[in-house]
Amino acid sequence: MIQHLLSTRDLDREAAIRILDVAEDMAQTADREVRKLPPLRGKTVVNLFFEDSTRTRLSFESAAKRLSADVITFSAKGSSVSKGESLKDTAQTLAAMGADAIVVRHHDSGAAHQLAHAGWIDAAIINAGDGTHEHPTQALLDAFTMRSRRHGADSRGRGLDGLRVAIVGDILHSRVARSNVWLLTTLGAEVHVVAPRTLLPHGIEHWPVTVHEHLDDALAAAPGAVMMLRIQTERMRDAFFPSSREYAREWGLTAERMTQLGPDTMVMHPGPMNRGLEISSAAADSSASTVLDQVTNGVSIRMAVLYLLVAGSSETADSTGGER
Amino acid sequence: MTGILIRGASSLGEHTDDIRIRDGVIIARGSLTAELGERVIDAAGLIALPGLVDLHTHLREPGGEASETVLTGTRAAAAGGFTAVHAMANTSPVADTAGVVEQVQRLGERHGYATVRPIGAVTVGLAGEQLAEIGAMARSTAAVRVFSDDGFCVHDPLIMRRALEYVATFDGVVAQHAQEPRLTQGAQMNEGALSGELGLAGWPAVAEEAIIARDVLLAQHVGARLHICHVSTAGSVEVVRWAKARGIAVTAEATPHHLLLTEDLARGYDARFKVNPPLRRDEDVLALRAALADGTIDIVATDHAPHPTEAKECTWAEAAFGMVGLESALSIVQRTMVDTGLLEWRGVARVLSTTPAEIGRVPGYAEPLEVGSPAHLTLIDASSERTWSVADLRGRSQNSPFVGETLPGRVVHTLHRGVSTVLDAELVDAETVAAAHEAVTRG
Amino acid sequence: MVARTVLHDADITRALRRIAHEVLESRRGDGRLVFLGIPTRGATLALRIQQIVDEIEPGVSSAGSLDITLYRDDLARTPTRTPAPTRIPAGGIDDAIVVLVDDVLYSGRTIRAALDALVDHGRPRVVRLAVLVDRGHRELPIRADFVGKNLPSSTSERVSVRLTEVDGNDEVTIE
Repeated sequence: MIQHLLSTRDLDREAAIRILDVAEDMAQTADREVRKLPPLRGKTVVNLFFEDSTRTRLSFESAAKRLSADVITFSAKGSSVSKGESLKDTAQTLAAMGADAIVVRHHDSGAAHQLAHAGWIDAAIINAGDGTHEHPTQALLDAFTMRSRRHGADSRGRGLDGLRVAIVGDILHSRVARSNVWLLTTLGAEVHVVAPRTLLPHGIEHWPVTVHEHLDDALAAAPGAVMMLRIQTERMRDAFFPSSREYAREWGLTAERMTQLGPDTMVMHPGPMNRGLEISSAAADSSASTVLDQVTNGVSIRMAVLYLLVAGSSETADSTGGER
Repeated sequence: MTGILIRGASSLGEHTDDIRIRDGVIIARGSLTAELGERVIDAAGLIALPGLVDLHTHLREPGGEASETVLTGTRAAAAGGFTAVHAMANTSPVADTAGVVEQVQRLGERHGYATVRPIGAVTVGLAGEQLAEIGAMARSTAAVRVFSDDGFCVHDPLIMRRALEYVATFDGVVAQHAQEPRLTQGAQMNEGALSGELGLAGWPAVAEEAIIARDVLLAQHVGARLHICHVSTAGSVEVVRWAKARGIAVTAEATPHHLLLTEDLARGYDARFKVNPPLRRDEDVLALRAALADGTIDIVATDHAPHPTEAKECTWAEAAFGMVGLESALSIVQRTMVDTGLLEWRGVARVLSTTPAEIGRVPGYAEPLEVGSPAHLTLIDASSERTWSVADLRGRSQNSPFVGETLPGRVVHTLHRGVSTVLDAELVDAETVAAAHEAVTRG
Repeated sequence: MVARTVLHDADITRALRRIAHEVLESRRGDGRLVFLGIPTRGATLALRIQQIVDEIEPGVSSAGSLDITLYRDDLARTPTRTPAPTRIPAGGIDDAIVVLVDDVLYSGRTIRAALDALVDHGRPRVVRLAVLVDRGHRELPIRADFVGKNLPSSTSERVSVRLTEVDGNDEVTIE
């Protein structure tokens, strides 16, 4: 197993499927009499959030607590972290507090990578979103959701082979898109991205994806899942697109476009949604929508990641052997 | 003042003879015998180059003394074989008045490690709106001839036109930091597949090339000299080549780091590799080397940009742009240009001494190593090699991208107006240099 | 050292049959029997024993598995293990007679972990332990209620249980 979770590029197929499978076990515990599990007893997990994200923070907190870890939440707002204190000083403070894992959300790309590799702290680092770079646990929960919808109880051990996924929206600024592109490809899915050219990163032709500039073209390819990304209306000011109305008309999953989807096509959204902009209520509330599953699965995925990174000693071998 | 006899150096790596220096001037060349009381420098196996001239140095004083001062910056310069540096204007206060440029020039004169030629700001406060008092700076004792808003682009085309015209009035040159600001808002690294992958805002090559294209046409239109700072892309090289072919009076510089390093170094988010303009692609590096060899790019300038540790030990986006480069410049040029066969040592003297002095109107460098010229020279051991560490950095800051790299060449002696600033590969202490320098200048 | 077979396939079948009978005999009143095997081979054995019980007395028993990976006391000392699924039969374990089933009883630590795990799933009326082989060397105050074979061993020896469903054949060896 890898030592940190910084990017989905670091996961090979076997490692990715292992996380998804462990998440299945974690999901099972949700309907037990006692939901708490003991494997992180005595371990300290720090949620270090330089950027507000209540849902991601709560998801990680809940995951860590279900595994019996001690959880410390460091929110940048209103603390020394907000201004002046550097990432390095914060890291060293947390090291002194004996953190075993740090879940970090930061507005700058690469912050998690630096925490993991600058030698400031010797803890497992879990990237909970860094700038416009990656958000690996979101991609894992998305993959988990797709796999569950597709294979149900028969999911274990499987990838997403043959599944066509269209990711729609602000690819340029989306860490969710990046993490999903690498992970879904690793799991055997065929990834399509859809955006106006202004919101596609330069050099996307080198990514393992099929690019569409028009949503209708992508829907014509009959995707098994359509992932709508949140569009930030501030982008209008920077001339990425002219108006919300035009965006919704051209790249929004409108009620009319919903009728073009196949009967089993999933409609996904990492949340929070802009209803009426990138996604219509008809789409968001349809039976095809996986939005709430994604939230539920988020906790299982984060439990799996925390368990795999924090519970054991740092050696990489696995063993299923019991006592003999 | 006793004389110095340099024995057995190979001038420009071409032929070996002895060089006699008296009162800061080269007075004889040939096969010479040591005279009584003369200090002899045994330079057998060393290559003699003219003292190096940097057209682009950030000395940070006044205002940025935490990262560099005139003294520490000129010590770093001497350690790198430089005898003259041009101090960029983005200090605090900005070097946009005669008072600031004279102060900087005086500090350089007092310490004696190198000739400090202040660069004046083109616009007040580098704000790009109103011309600074260019005439006053040109006529001050600092005799400023290079004007630059470096760090910022003079992006308003009308201000740029006026600056070119007005600076020409005083035989000056505008050194343009070519960066279209709107195309580079929030930009962090070269725009390409890698910036997309790393989630760092891209810095398109066109943001540099468009400004260069505009400015060479403006320079042609008003008939003024133009210098382009730190050219970093293959496209910029093409534009400069085109301009030169049309007879436009444009000169251009490349930095040592852009001759060697590429954008791939951003992969680890180590902010030591964050620089403005950003590190580019392999093909850009190769285009810059070829352009430097064929004269399209005239000179190498360091863009020595010291920053305190905390400005680099943070996230990539928070980190300051810039790298120190005075100490390592000659080694990088040797590795990228000499060891690759693109440039002879005579060419190195051209791109690191004669031409930058000519662009900056620095007297005394026109006839390198010739009898009658001021004794600015550096003696190097080109066969030596070392792994760079922070101990090789002699300025106040340690933000070198080359720490850990194995680089060729070593500066063994540097003489500034006949005063040893580096002796047997060690910096001479400040009091000794200051006293000797004062003795020479007093004559 | 050469592996010596201590139980052949017929021995294993006989042992499991005996355990099934013993479990039924010990069942008082109308208690529901839930056999929970500890993965991997304990789960297989639980299923086999339950099938025998079901032939003798249909409808009173069910089988499942109970993973103990997350409850191990050596979790932080070893590389991370991937958990195995826990399958609690429909009806749960509340008020049931739970028979934990494992292949080899040794230090007793696995069973301790299983008891912890069990508590998180409900409150059985009673918990029993059935093992195919008890090789001794207990480190905790735990004993088995039903034992297929007591096998005196030294700590340097290694006991291997092979089961058809997992390993292709039935056999217990010591080396």
